[in-house]
Amino acid sequence: MNLLATDIPYWGQSLLRVLGGLVAVLLPAGTIVYLFLFKMMSFMQSRLGPMEAGPYGSMQLLAEVGKWMQKEDLAPAAADHRIFKMAPLVVLVSTFLLVVVIPFGPDAWFTNFSVGVFYGLAVASISVLGILIAGWASANKYSLLGGLRAAGQLIAYELPMVLATLGVVIQAGSMNLQDIVVAQNTGEIFGFSGLGNPYIFTQFIGFLIFMIAVQAELTQAPFDMPIAESELVSGYMTEYSGFRFLIFFIAEFATAGVFALIASVLFLGGWGIPFEWFGWTSVDDVDNWMNLAGPVIMFTKMLVLTFIIMWVRFSFPRFREDQLQTFAWKILIPLALANTAITATLKVAF
Amino acid sequence: MTALLLAIDDFNVAQNVAFGIIAFMMIVAALKVVTTNNVVHAALWLVLVLAGIAAQYILAAAEFVAISQVLVYIGAVMVLFLFGIMLTRAQIGKESGLNNKGWALGIPVALLLLGLMGYVIIDAYEDTVLPDRGPAPTEALSDQFLSIYLLPFIALSFVLLAAAIGAIVLARKD
Repeated sequence: MNLLATDIPYWGQSLLRVLGGLVAVLLPAGTIVYLFLFKMMSFMQSRLGPMEAGPYGSMQLLAEVGKWMQKEDLAPAAADHRIFKMAPLVVLVSTFLLVVVIPFGPDAWFTNFSVGVFYGLAVASISVLGILIAGWASANKYSLLGGLRAAGQLIAYELPMVLATLGVVIQAGSMNLQDIVVAQNTGEIFGFSGLGNPYIFTQFIGFLIFMIAVQAELTQAPFDMPIAESELVSGYMTEYSGFRFLIFFIAEFATAGVFALIASVLFLGGWGIPFEWFGWTSVDDVDNWMNLAGPVIMFTKMLVLTFIIMWVRFSFPRFREDQLQTFAWKILIPLALANTAITATLKVAF
Repeated sequence: MTALLLAIDDFNVAQNVAFGIIAFMMIVAALKVVTTNNVVHAALWLVLVLAGIAAQYILAAAEFVAISQVLVYIGAVMVLFLFGIMLTRAQIGKESGLNNKGWALGIPVALLLLGLMGYVIIDAYEDTVLPDRGPAPTEALSDQFLSIYLLPFIALSFVLLAAAIGAIVLARKD
């Protein structure tokens, strides 16, 4: 890593990467919760939301975290205590593992993995394990049902997600997320390279499928059957309180942020700006200041995508369980397969 | 013996130390899988074993295989295992009657497999040291799959298709 043209020793790089990982997970989570969950939802419901803590209630999040942290660490007497306590951590670890492959700039990455896309999809599926054992260890039939519903849903929507990214991988010719960013920013649309070629144009169906699948993977409404409060109290989270609930809560919104970051890498050109603007031809030409501008660009794109996720969440009523499964298996997966086939055909033809 | 091993050049390197630690963790977890008296706990110990295999693949610079291991075994197979267990017998605490009568038969079978695999590996490689090639590119893997290994690859997918059809037949009574 050669950030800002100064050489950083290995231990310094490692320290920077750990701190960067924490920021890349926690900053989006905090921003999403305050901006969208507290404020946007309130405005959509014709109320002001939190206003007391700090200017416009901006310190509300710290107050909430403080409240959760000081609560007693409760577990039901009949629960399987060790697994009950482990489950939220499994979910959070999966989020941290996910952020590792996302590139934030020409040199600002945690690891430049040759099969980054594949890795992301694989570790995203680990959170299902955490949710399943959380539901089981609570020793409560609402929790168990919630966990089972979550597992069924997450498995069903993982397939369209994988198939939707396949189109991008075929078009970019690489599974490395950095290569995908470069391919989009050096690309051209019918000979015009002022915009690069963000794959949202060529892979629009893939983008739609990906975002729907993300919505379902995050169990955000309208896909919130696993925590349907009118039927299951709070699903697999029913028995959790205090900081273990906080971990679930952080993981939920941090994962929303991380998936939005991945979607912006795959479909919106990632950290890059069209290389044509500054006359760059490859990733080696890119100036060092992009290491600072890149994260800001990524953060902006992340906010736009999470805005859409939250907008959908606050607008649509919940799917019924059978509608949810039918939608994944009979509509999204065939559509994603067709998209893959067409992309592959066009790739070979041109 | 240990002192001798540690004295050899190129043996006491990070990869080998990591291999030892992960292998030890896997053995403990594998023993726990068969000795624990709760089915869900057994499944979770199995997750640890499978994750250990993925870690060993990474040590062997086989990134793609390692990630496939995580995606297929941890993300799909173990989730289905747990899903099935929780749908049918999701008991918390100790369970009785988990051992069947022939459990001791597993020990000679395991030893036999260990001997067989050990023999095959030692017989095939003897003293040859494989070159340090770094991670295999994914293109090389896919080229192999879609050329000389195409037939077994397609045959395997037929096995999966048969399993899927079988599941549907079993599940649908009408």
